Amino acid sequence: MKVLSSWLHEFLDAPVEPEAIAAAFDDLGTPVEEETRLGEGLDGIVVARVLDLRPHPNADKIQLVDVDAGDGEARQVCCGAFNMAVGDLVPLATLGTTMPGGMAIERRKLRGEWSNGMLCSSREIGLGDDHAGILVLDAAAPAGAPVAEVLGIVPDVLWELEVNPNRPDAMSVVGLARDVAAKVGVGFCPPAPPAAARSIGEPVTWASGGAGGAARAVLGDGASFGVDVAAPDGCGRFVARVLRGVDPAATSPAWLQQRLSALGMRPISAMVDISNYVMLELGQPNHPYDLDAVAAATLRVRRAGDGETLVTLDDVTRTCTPDDLLITDGEDRPIGIAGVMGGASAEIGPGTTDVLLEMAWFDPTSVSRTSRRLGLRSEASARFEKGVDPAVADVAADRFCQLAAEICGASTEPVQVDVRGTLPERPPVLVRTARVNALLGTDLTATRIAELLAPIGFAAEPVGDDHLVTIPTWRFDSATEIDVIEEVGRHHGYRNIPNRQLTEPRTGGLTRAQRERRGVRRLLCGLGLAESQPLPFLAPGQLAAAGLDPVGIELVNPLVAEESVLRTALLPGLVAAVAHNHARRQLAVGLWEIGHVFLPAPEGQVLPDEREHVAVVLAGREAPAAVEAWQVLAEQLRLRAPSVADAEVPGLHPTRAARVLVDGAVVGIVGEIDPTVLGRHDIGERVAYLEVDLGACFDAPRRSDAYRQVSRFPSSDIDLAFEVPDHVSAIEVERTLADTDDLVWSVRLFDVYRGAPVAEGRRSLAFAVRLQAVDRTLTDAEVAEVRSRLIAGAETAFGAALRG
Amino acid sequence: MIDDIRRIAADAAGRIRGAATLDELATLDRELLGKTSELTAFKRQMGGLDHEAKREVGGALNGAREELQAAVADRRAELDAIARRVQAEAERLDLTEVRAGRDAGHLHLVTQAIEELEDVFVGLGFTVAEGPEVEDDWHNFTALNFGEYHPARDMQDTFFVDLGAPREVVLRTHTSPVQIRVMEEQAPPIYSVMPGRVYRNEATDSTHLAVFHQLECLVVDRGITFGHLAGTIDMFTKAYFGAGWNMRLRPAYFPFTEPSAEFDLQRPDGTWLELGGCGMVHPNVLANCGIDPEEFSGFAFGFGLDRLAATKHGVTDLRELASPDIRFLEQF
Repeated sequence: MKVLSSWLHEFLDAPVEPEAIAAAFDDLGTPVEEETRLGEGLDGIVVARVLDLRPHPNADKIQLVDVDAGDGEARQVCCGAFNMAVGDLVPLATLGTTMPGGMAIERRKLRGEWSNGMLCSSREIGLGDDHAGILVLDAAAPAGAPVAEVLGIVPDVLWELEVNPNRPDAMSVVGLARDVAAKVGVGFCPPAPPAAARSIGEPVTWASGGAGGAARAVLGDGASFGVDVAAPDGCGRFVARVLRGVDPAATSPAWLQQRLSALGMRPISAMVDISNYVMLELGQPNHPYDLDAVAAATLRVRRAGDGETLVTLDDVTRTCTPDDLLITDGEDRPIGIAGVMGGASAEIGPGTTDVLLEMAWFDPTSVSRTSRRLGLRSEASARFEKGVDPAVADVAADRFCQLAAEICGASTEPVQVDVRGTLPERPPVLVRTARVNALLGTDLTATRIAELLAPIGFAAEPVGDDHLVTIPTWRFDSATEIDVIEEVGRHHGYRNIPNRQLTEPRTGGLTRAQRERRGVRRLLCGLGLAESQPLPFLAPGQLAAAGLDPVGIELVNPLVAEESVLRTALLPGLVAAVAHNHARRQLAVGLWEIGHVFLPAPEGQVLPDEREHVAVVLAGREAPAAVEAWQVLAEQLRLRAPSVADAEVPGLHPTRAARVLVDGAVVGIVGEIDPTVLGRHDIGERVAYLEVDLGACFDAPRRSDAYRQVSRFPSSDIDLAFEVPDHVSAIEVERTLADTDDLVWSVRLFDVYRGAPVAEGRRSLAFAVRLQAVDRTLTDAEVAEVRSRLIAGAETAFGAALRG
Repeated sequence: MIDDIRRIAADAAGRIRGAATLDELATLDRELLGKTSELTAFKRQMGGLDHEAKREVGGALNGAREELQAAVADRRAELDAIARRVQAEAERLDLTEVRAGRDAGHLHLVTQAIEELEDVFVGLGFTVAEGPEVEDDWHNFTALNFGEYHPARDMQDTFFVDLGAPREVVLRTHTSPVQIRVMEEQAPPIYSVMPGRVYRNEATDSTHLAVFHQLECLVVDRGITFGHLAGTIDMFTKAYFGAGWNMRLRPAYFPFTEPSAEFDLQRPDGTWLELGGCGMVHPNVLANCGIDPEEFSGFAFGFGLDRLAATKHGVTDLRELASPDIRFLEQF
């Protein structure tokens, strides 16, 4: 929402400095996003008459213009616009002028031709957003006169404000003025245009629960016009009036056009400009129809039929559903989408002399749904969505008629049709003084609370130490005690609420898993690896390209197709990361990642099976490097019986891959990236890879962390080499040896040998076994006894044969 | 005889000092001081001497032996030192030529920021809570007081996930659903922070990411006020950014808090940094989680941390944070 200081001041009873207004906006939750000082820096800009236009000899996109700035002298200016003709009056920024934007106008050459100043667009002199051409001035203006004087420009300030969904009142100049007046402590003068018609019907209150239905009024010439609210749940109020004798040739005055332009709306025609002006000023979207184009002079509000179509003002055919609210005419033909956009058929045009005016309140949810479904946002829908003030319809109609009379010579028929549908119940709210202070941390008295609320229209009636507060009609967002408490806080001022410290005794800290995750991060860094955080989105086919199951959970509305699938593993992202580096001759990179992956939802659950994985990718390294990473990871987490089991694993090298297990349960994969996958990614080096379900590791059984007594007696070391079939896991052999006897302190595989004299299909595994007792030095006999059991165990379990 | 002894001893001492190797010294040791040495021979000749002469010759012999033994020891020490030096020279390494095959590894900027922030809050007595990144409508919106057609839903451009009913499953648009999960699972008092990755369906550019991170703070207890919210943000600001930093609150709107505010931080140089949103937990949100809003009240605040992390290191394009390029990752 944009607002001008001059417009605001029409509703303030005392002048307020722009700085104070801007500060109030910030403090009130409608912060200033941009402030523009208008009408300043126009001193050197004068009215000039175009004497001659001719092509620039060296440029197509600029022309040479001779202008007379009132002294009868022709001065040449280069200009990039072509919208003016000889004899037109245009604004000329003379040499030495500093433009509102700060640009200094100097004599300079453009493509070899002198330019003695600059002709200005509306935007360049701060009159609006129009930058399509040079501003052509009214022919009555004298050449040489200051433009500011001719245009009646007085210095003003334009603010662009951020307006939150809970501030329907801030979508109008009047609403902003009311809020600012309350904050800075000046009086607010509500608009009171002379009543242009006799209102029929009761005054609107929030509790209005009309049943809708039809009403007609007889016009002066005996004809009649009417309103039929057939969908009272969607239309809480519908006010209609008839204006006669609109001068089709009338144009809106400069001041009005300037205000519209400043607030970002393009002046179009007098009627449309008045309509927009009333909406901006009072927050009431409204619609003038060409009375002659509305069959039976009747406006009807009903739900659309399924598939019903109409052409909106922007010449687009819209297809509706029964959720949508339509305005139809007396023959029930659609002439507008309620609260969103009018139709093309009953649009006012250059020949319109009689106008049927709509001032309505449409249900915010209904308008929101329709506008969202059609992808059609308008200034009107933005206001209806937040909740328009249902009581302002009369005032807005009066204002419209007043302006139409002044600008277009229109007269208003002295009757009004006002049909009530369903307006939400707005019972008064009990606001407890103690509750206000308990939530805000303040010490406000009941009286002070009432004083803060009164200027913004929240009428507080004392009930004991509390208040029964009537919520104003312009605050559709507010309905409960907490809403009112927020208003108290807003107008008391957040900065006036003293800081307080939390005093309850409490203990904080990380959970075990959180501490362990940090430990894993440090460990992976200790391996010299860098953490990478690629996006969790994959392209369709990227899972397949990484050798994985191609099915991943898809996004309904991805930003781009390349980011439309949720990863089921960290592997594709990290392979892509290696490929990225490889393509830049950054070889042998080592990366790690801890991140979430998304597997299909388990039966009976909507959300996916979301897991936290850790992965390590080691370019230029072979599979054992990844296995070592797994081993230190398992060691760090003290996992019980960590293991790997050779297997063919999707995405990994067919003969250099294994599943990773903890206590017999699979928790991940390890090995080398499949050469086919590497080929697809143009990676020309081996890539070792480890990916483990970190959550599963956190939950997995752990080794005991109880102290194992260190012996003071010498140990006995024996080496045992077995011939073992290739299919037997070396880890299993090692573990069997280690579990043979309590005297076994440690077992370490120190050599693997294949080839003669070891038979084909077998290999030699050599283990260093350290035996030790805590209470004595082992005797030779004890060592020999354990040794023979170690051998027997391996032979029995694995068909191993001790090598001589 | 004594003269002979002295002559022999002087000669022997000269040879010992001239020994070039430990082997040669050992040979000399045996030759000059062993059983077959000339000095030992003198001892055998002493049998025929009178008592006085014996004493003199014996004294001279002992003196000579001690002198030579000392000479051997000195020379051995010298030769040992030379040998060690030679060995050391053979082992010489130029340590300026050493380069580590790997470095100390690198934590991602965002991870560093999350850990630092967690540490600050843990120090203030908070726990850390986590939740899923793919969320249902209840946790991401409905329980947080976003009505089905509430305009506020438009404030957060949402990625919808092809699961469940249409628009039922989303990539969480904020870390606030973790608030709901914490309050559903735990009775007050609650003092928790919730860091995590969040998603917005917005075109990315140098200052906006579709995938980024937030940290949210939730307190629910008896007697919690807006003043506690302000005081806690102020304490956090000073703990994380430094004593010279201040904060301010400006009214704002979020469906799940009321009153709501934006909080800005003031740098020591007086300029402002718009950081995040906050407010008192809306009574509807407490009620949605089975907490009686008349008995308990709470506050929440949250902010994006990617920009904080990037700014700290002068990274001007936030998209770099997702870069897999080792030239980026190894800088931190």
